[in-house]
Amino acid sequence: MNRMKYVLASWTRVAGLTAVALLTLGPVIWTVSTSFRAPAESFDLPPRIIPGHATTEAYHQVFAQIDVWLLALNSTLVTALIAVGQMITAGLAGYAFARLEFRFKKPLFGLVLATMMVPVQVTIVPVFLLLKPMGLTDTLLGLIIPAWPTAFGTFLMRQYFLGMPKDLGEAALIDGAGPWRIFRSVYAPLATPGLAIIGVLAFNYHWNEFFRPLILETSTQNFTLPLGLVSLQGNLGTGSISVVLAGVVLSMIPAMAVFVIGQRPLREGITSAGVNR
Amino acid sequence: MTTPVLDRRPTPTSSATAPRRSLKDRGTRLLAALFLAPTLVGVLVFTVVPIVGSVVLSFFHWDVIGTPRFAGTDNYTQVFTDDTVLVSFTNTLIFMVFAVALQLLLALALALTLTNRMPSWLRSTFRSAFFFPLILSAASISVVMKYLFNQDFGVVNWLLGHVGIAPVPWLTSEHSAMAAVILVYVWQQFGFSFLLFVGGLNTIPKEIHEASSLDGASGLRKHLSITLPLLSPTLLVASVVGIINALQVFEQPYVLTDGGPGDATRTVVMVIYQSAFEQLRFGEASAIGVLLFVLIMAVTALQFRLSRRFVHYQ
Repeated sequence: MNRMKYVLASWTRVAGLTAVALLTLGPVIWTVSTSFRAPAESFDLPPRIIPGHATTEAYHQVFAQIDVWLLALNSTLVTALIAVGQMITAGLAGYAFARLEFRFKKPLFGLVLATMMVPVQVTIVPVFLLLKPMGLTDTLLGLIIPAWPTAFGTFLMRQYFLGMPKDLGEAALIDGAGPWRIFRSVYAPLATPGLAIIGVLAFNYHWNEFFRPLILETSTQNFTLPLGLVSLQGNLGTGSISVVLAGVVLSMIPAMAVFVIGQRPLREGITSAGVNR
Repeated sequence: MTTPVLDRRPTPTSSATAPRRSLKDRGTRLLAALFLAPTLVGVLVFTVVPIVGSVVLSFFHWDVIGTPRFAGTDNYTQVFTDDTVLVSFTNTLIFMVFAVALQLLLALALALTLTNRMPSWLRSTFRSAFFFPLILSAASISVVMKYLFNQDFGVVNWLLGHVGIAPVPWLTSEHSAMAAVILVYVWQQFGFSFLLFVGGLNTIPKEIHEASSLDGASGLRKHLSITLPLLSPTLLVASVVGIINALQVFEQPYVLTDGGPGDATRTVVMVIYQSAFEQLRFGEASAIGVLLFVLIMAVTALQFRLSRRFVHYQ
C-alpha cells in the first residue's frame, strides 16, 4: 500500500515537471518549426511541430532583407572581445582580492560589489557623453571597452581563488618564488575552469544584449544581431511571421552551441553565486 | 594590514632574510595595484563618474545640442508631477512584486521537487529545460511571444480555447497586458533563481534530511521547518538579484506592448529611454535614473535589514 502511494507520488511529480518543461521549451519548438513554414501560411492554426510543407523560404527572405553575415560578425566581435577582456580583468582583480594583501582591500572590494546595483540605464547617458568626444559612439569599441570591468566576474573569480588550497602558494614562497611567480606558475594555471565560467556568462549576456547597442549604435553597419532582428518585425504587417522567426532561430544557433558546450560552466557559475563562502 | 597573507611561515631569525621580506611586501603591493588597475579604473570611469554625472545632469536642462542650463530642482518637480513618470514607477513596482514572487515560488517548487529520487538523466533533462530560456535574447524571445499572445491567431488563445476559455485580449487590454509582460518575463527568468536554489540545496547536508525523515517529518512540513531556514541565505541572494533585475525591466514591455495600451505597461526604464533618446531631455532622464537608483538601493537595503530576522547561516 505504502509502496503504491510512493510510486503514484513520484509519477505525479514527473508529470508536473514534464508539464513545466513543455511550457518552457514549447515557445522555442514553435519558433523553430514555424520558421520552416511558408511565410504566407505561417499564421495558420493549429500550430504544427512538423510543418506540412517544410520550406527554407523564410531563411532566404531573412538573408535578403538584412545583412545577417555583417550582424553576426559584429555580434561575434563584440561578444568575443568583451569575454576575453572580462576574463583578464576579473581574473587579475579576483586574484588580488583573494590572495594578495594590501591597504583598503575591504572597502575597494565593497565598491566593486556595489556597482552591481547600478542599473545600466542610469549610467548610459553619461557614458554616452563620455564616449562621444573620444569618437567612440556608434563604434563597436564603444560597446566593448565599457563592458570590460565586471563586478560579478570579479566576485566569482575571488570565490574561485579562495577555494584553492593556500598551501600551494606557501610552498612556492618557501622555495623562494616572488608574488608574480606564485601567481603565474601556481595559481593561474588552476584558474582555467573559473575563467571559462566568466567567458560563457559574458558570451551569454552580451550576445543577447539589447539596451546598450540600441543607444550606442546608430548606423546599420554597426548593428548587432538583436538590433537587426527587431527591424525584421516590419514583416508582421504582411503576416510573414516565419521570416521573423527564421531570424530568431539564426541568432539562437550560437547561443545553443554555447548551451551545449558551455552548459556546465554556466550552470556552475550561477549555482555557486548563491552559496555563501 | 600590509603583511602579505602568504608570509605565514615561521618568522625568519637570520638577519639576512629581513631585507628580502620587505622587498616582497613591496612586490606584493605593486602586483596588487597592477592587477586591480583595469577593474578599478574601469569601475571609476564607467560607473562611479557616470553616477556623479547623472546626479549633476539631473539639475540641468539639456538637449545635447545646446549648452546645458541650470535648472535647480525643476527636473525633479517636473518628474513628480508628470503622470506618465508616476504611472511608470507604479507599474514597475507592481511588475516587480508579481514577477519576483512568481519567479521565486516556481523556481523553489521545481528545485525542491527535483531533490526527490529520480533517474539522473531525467533530473538533468529537466534542469536543462528549465534553464534553457536564459540563453535566449530577451528582445527576440519577446518578438516570438508577441505572436504567441496575439488575440486572434496566437497559440496561447488557441490552447485556452480548447479548455473553453474565450480569447483573451492579452496585449490590448490594460490588465492582461501587464499579465502578459509578467508571464513572458518570468518564463525567461525563473531558470536563474532555479539554479541558485539547486546550488543552495546542494549545500544542505543529506544527514539533516535523513534524520528528520526518521523523526517522521514528511513532505511540506519538512520543507517548511527544515529546508527553508537552511536555504534562507540563497533565498536572500535570489530575491535581491531578482528584485534588482525586475526593477530594470525593459525589453519585454518595449517589444510586446511598447508601454501600452495607454501607459499600462510603461516601465521606469522605458521612460528613461524615451525622455533621453526620443525627446532629448537628458536632464529629466537623468533625474528619473537617479530616482530609480535610489529606489533600487533602498529596496536592497531594506531586504538586507529584514533578512537579519529571517536568514540563518549554518
